[in-house]
Amino acid sequence: MTEQNTPKFDQLLCPLPLPYKDKVVMSHGSGGSMTKALITEIFQQHFSNAILDQENDFAALPLEGKDMRVVVSTDGHIVSPIFFPGGDIGRLAVSGTVNDVAMSGGQVKYLTASFILEEGFSLADLERIAQSMQDAAAEAGVSIVAGDTKVAEKGKADGIFISTSGVGFVDASVQIGGAQAKPGDTVIVSGSMGDHGIAVLAARNQLGFTTTIQSDVAPLNGLIRAALQAAPSIHVLRDPTRGGLATTLNEIALQSQMDIHLEETAIPVKREVRAACEMLGFDPLYVANEGKVIVILPERQAQAALDALHAHPFGKDAVVIGHVETPSGNTPRVSMHTLIGGTRIVDMLSGEMLPRIC
Amino acid sequence: MLDRFRDKDLVQGALAEIRKITTRPWAIMEICGGQTHAIMQYGLNDLLPKQIELIHGPGCPVCVTSLELVDKAIAIASRENVIFTSYGDMLRVPGSQQDLFSVKAAGGDVRVVYSAIEAVRIAEKNPDKEVVFFGIGFETTAPANAISVVKAKRQGIRNYSMLVSHVCVPPAMHAILGSPNNRVQGFLAAGHVCAVMGYEDYKPIAQQYGVPMAVTGFEPLDLTLGILDTVRMLEKGEVKIVNSYSRAVTREGNRIAQQIIADVFEPCDRQWRGIGLIPMSGWKLKSDYVDYDAELKFQVQDIQTKESEVCISGQILQGLKKPNQCPAFGTLCTPQNPLGATMVSSEGACSAYYRYARD
Repeated sequence: MTEQNTPKFDQLLCPLPLPYKDKVVMSHGSGGSMTKALITEIFQQHFSNAILDQENDFAALPLEGKDMRVVVSTDGHIVSPIFFPGGDIGRLAVSGTVNDVAMSGGQVKYLTASFILEEGFSLADLERIAQSMQDAAAEAGVSIVAGDTKVAEKGKADGIFISTSGVGFVDASVQIGGAQAKPGDTVIVSGSMGDHGIAVLAARNQLGFTTTIQSDVAPLNGLIRAALQAAPSIHVLRDPTRGGLATTLNEIALQSQMDIHLEETAIPVKREVRAACEMLGFDPLYVANEGKVIVILPERQAQAALDALHAHPFGKDAVVIGHVETPSGNTPRVSMHTLIGGTRIVDMLSGEMLPRIC
Repeated sequence: MLDRFRDKDLVQGALAEIRKITTRPWAIMEICGGQTHAIMQYGLNDLLPKQIELIHGPGCPVCVTSLELVDKAIAIASRENVIFTSYGDMLRVPGSQQDLFSVKAAGGDVRVVYSAIEAVRIAEKNPDKEVVFFGIGFETTAPANAISVVKAKRQGIRNYSMLVSHVCVPPAMHAILGSPNNRVQGFLAAGHVCAVMGYEDYKPIAQQYGVPMAVTGFEPLDLTLGILDTVRMLEKGEVKIVNSYSRAVTREGNRIAQQIIADVFEPCDRQWRGIGLIPMSGWKLKSDYVDYDAELKFQVQDIQTKESEVCISGQILQGLKKPNQCPAFGTLCTPQNPLGATMVSSEGACSAYYRYARD
């Protein structure tokens, strides 16, 4: 026993969270700072190159002698349950990769899909998922042009895992990416935050109450094309998926070395999502979205972009939530003007999002 | 429904009143971690006049659960044939060697549940497994945790047990106010705890130490009004307990919940992590329910505890230590990878040291 038996209040100590050095833990997949650490400390150590090190969700590859670049992205999908209100793993697998390529500002053309199936998985469910993938691909105007299938022994995989890769093209003059945010830029989100994460949690019957929340999972390339036509000077496009709005904005702040300042009252969150978050002790700013985009662009084009977003079904609730500033300190950060007029830091998700007890 | 309690104008009105009546410095403690969280989340701290200092109390059951119990939880969760269930935020709390997340990564069956009843349901569905629930919390979670044991006993579910780490607020208040270095002059009593227990128990404490208290809720307006009521009493030299959260709290509390607690639990001494032993500050299962006590059921003996490295931001905030005296400073803890508030905030002492005074 190292704890002393006299209460002490003048020397409160807080034990540090243990670093995970030996094994992968769930928090490594949260999309927050532990995921980032895993990428930096393992993958970048081995793979580092000029394109990867830009830290975007896509890679834009130069083609010699062409004024076009090829854009590629890849994304693995595991979700439980595989069917949830508003979507399924198939729609998620197509939309996720379409969106990652679209965030370059380019046109998405082709997808490939790799399936890991668990022995015993229902073929009717597989067919339903394939149909859903084709529906989402048609909606996005892309073709699934190659694929692979592996079957794992019963118990060695959880039903179905789908990895997709996407290929598209972007004009060589387009330089959209997280590093491009500039002081004075306006920050827009295309709609309400947290719908997907809460819909999936609700489908797991883990909420202890029922909700009507639907996942927002959708291919956003049409919405983004419309925004780019109206506002060609867009600096950053990014979908706030795992880790939510807060984590994604922190990544952009770090990439661009800029501060981002938010207005809490402006951030759209549906009442049902807010209520579910409050019951569980979640912050909607950290809950995943699968059909929303953050648009950062010069203020003079903000209204044109908003008008274009509003005209599209996936962007009708688009709204300005903040702006980009020259960093006030050494470390770029995201801060928020709270609804009662205070200010607070909005940090990156540090581990897995855990329901709070108090 | 809660919108009124987040209304900017109402909050700003109460803040203006606090500014008007404050004539000198006051140190007020909010004991509850949920209130600390709300204060920081809404940036309320910065909106108060400089003279009002909020001292953040030890009211987070996750943080104060003793290292010994965390280690016992890890030992039980690591066993074959055990499904270990817990509120989510206990999983990252460090034990001497590892945490519950690591147990899960190593193949242990550790599951996040939202209530003890859910754990009983898991026990029902898995009769060949031992299901253990980590019963932590203050008076707020005690009734629901107690019901789980009653339900298991009534239904003859023998494979359910609870690792009990319940703690109570009033003994902690005694310990804080009786400490020779105490600086707390007024208290915000935690609204949720009072909703269960009422606030009669606080009266003698307020009187004994001459410290006024306001029963306070968790929304920004609730917190601001609780602070306003406390400052008002301090300025007038009154020692009372007022209910600033009357929409949820009555003087006598929830009698039914109190009865369930009394049926299942009895007071015991309890270790608080980072603080030490506070006499009669916890609850353990009564003898009628010993069969459901995981500590007895699993006989986890020979627990050798060793506190992990510590973040000393609490001491830094009080000016007791300098940032570079922290073992994590500049190595584990940097502005890119902050471990404490003082490194996160650009005005924070650790961040300033890191920027200007790093060796």
